[in-house]
Amino acid sequence: MNRAMIQAIWLLALCALLAFLGVTRGALPVTAAQLWQLVNGEAARNVQLIVLEWRLPRVAMALLIGAALGISGAIFQSLLRNPLGSPDILGFNTGAYSGVLVALMLFHQTSEIITLAALIGGVLTAALVYLFAWRNGVETFRLIIVGISVRALLMALNGWLIISASLEAALSAGLWSAGSLNGITWAKTPPVIAVLLLALLLTSLLARRMRLMEMGDDTACALGVPVERTRLWLMLLGVVLTAASTALAGPISFVALLAPQIARRLCGGIKGALPLAALCGALLLLAADYAAQHLFLPYQLPVGVITVSLGGLYLIALLVREARRQ
Amino acid sequence: MREKIARLQGDALTLGYDKKIVAEALSVTIPDGELTVIIGPNACGKSTLLRALSRLAPPLKGQVLLDGEAISRLSTKEVARRLGLLPQSSQAPSGISVSELVARGRYPHQPLFGRWRDEDEAAVQQAMRATGVADIAAQPVDQLSGGQRQRVWIAMVLAQQTPLLLLDEPTTWLDITHQIELLELMQDLNQQHGRTLVVVLHDLNQACRYATHLIAMRSGQIVAEGRPSEIITPELIETVYGLRCVIVEDPVAHTPMIVPLGRGRN
Repeated sequence: MNRAMIQAIWLLALCALLAFLGVTRGALPVTAAQLWQLVNGEAARNVQLIVLEWRLPRVAMALLIGAALGISGAIFQSLLRNPLGSPDILGFNTGAYSGVLVALMLFHQTSEIITLAALIGGVLTAALVYLFAWRNGVETFRLIIVGISVRALLMALNGWLIISASLEAALSAGLWSAGSLNGITWAKTPPVIAVLLLALLLTSLLARRMRLMEMGDDTACALGVPVERTRLWLMLLGVVLTAASTALAGPISFVALLAPQIARRLCGGIKGALPLAALCGALLLLAADYAAQHLFLPYQLPVGVITVSLGGLYLIALLVREARRQ
Repeated sequence: MREKIARLQGDALTLGYDKKIVAEALSVTIPDGELTVIIGPNACGKSTLLRALSRLAPPLKGQVLLDGEAISRLSTKEVARRLGLLPQSSQAPSGISVSELVARGRYPHQPLFGRWRDEDEAAVQQAMRATGVADIAAQPVDQLSGGQRQRVWIAMVLAQQTPLLLLDEPTTWLDITHQIELLELMQDLNQQHGRTLVVVLHDLNQACRYATHLIAMRSGQIVAEGRPSEIITPELIETVYGLRCVIVEDPVAHTPMIVPLGRGRN
């Protein structure tokens, strides 16, 4: 058994532990015995409601969205060969959130329309960033700078959209704008789950080509990878993973940035880096969401606040290390 | 009797990039079963020609024919089963081991959900033995010397098991010992395994010594081609490089050896 598999088992175990805590802890604690009754279909009505309808969708979506963000980050970091080249830094989730806000204000708020709007917002933002960064090809550094500035513009736009919305819409959208898993119910999830699972499946089909492209376009082409087409597909999948996640949970930052890097440190090589990035993302978001719910009682923070703080710490650590090196 | 056409041909190629034309109406035939070396001064278009022949950089006009078919119409994976290529620069992913990198050469032979088959393992082992990297199979590529690393890349291309092999300046960055080792490996591949090789080289004497077919280029045109002993003359070298020289016989390989005259000597 190789190192990546052992790490994967550890991560899975941690995810399972946190998921257990996630469904059992809270204002109304559920015991392990009650959970077992639930599995056998003998639990009381209120336990069923709390676990299956309130806590389970939140835990499940934290895992799925975390995994999607981890993979999305891994895709962009691989394509751009830069640890800062991640969809949240480039503003793709902010753009997807603009789509969500427009949909909230202009249309009926069905989850299908919100998901579609997030996808359109994300893809448009990616196209815009790419277009602005294009000058006889795209240089990674320029792409990141352009991404950061587009992100800043979109955040201003989002702020304006929220202010001009009705009070009711503004309140819910505002709470959500840092990225939050509060109030997720099964009813909202089907379109997002469908899109995410499809995108994850397609990504797994392209994973091998992605690894080959890390050796340079020429080498990948020599080995039989259709480089341009594969790059376009991978970017589209990366944007879709981020945008669909945003449709449900708002623009959660830094999970996409952090998860692939942690995965890379853990596996120390290239084998299994993508599944590990998914697991790290899932664990990161689940842990951050658990902390957001339980650490600051009686207040419940949006999970995005926790991930942003983690990301800030990470960037400071990165800076300190760079400074020491010089 | 039908005349057998060469497997790899360039037909009336116009080559260039960023609006700069490097070559026009360039036609070239790579003879099967030969070790072809392309020589010429910097910017004569030799690397550009190799990139076009290997479908890395499609020609602006004209077409490259692989087994009589336009290479642009074949799927790139299909091409990769027939034509292997060592580009000028490749990056080894950090942490990858030698055998993992060489195994990537099997990609064009594997189906979408391909399991690792015995024939894949055999090809990898054979490629590592041929390049002398079997002993360091488990080591990370990052920690190897330049010469070892270059041999690992060549092992990856060999694992592709293609009848045609194109190498773009494979001896750059190598010291003289490793250069000769590499050239002799290419000679073995050509003579013992019957592979067709096309190599871009800078060193004229090495080119003359190891090529069975030499193509001399100057500003996008082929000036001469054929066996080194038949085509290398002081006049050709002066035409191609603008360098005055005498030609002597290589005392070991008995191939032509170029000795530049240099300044002030006639």
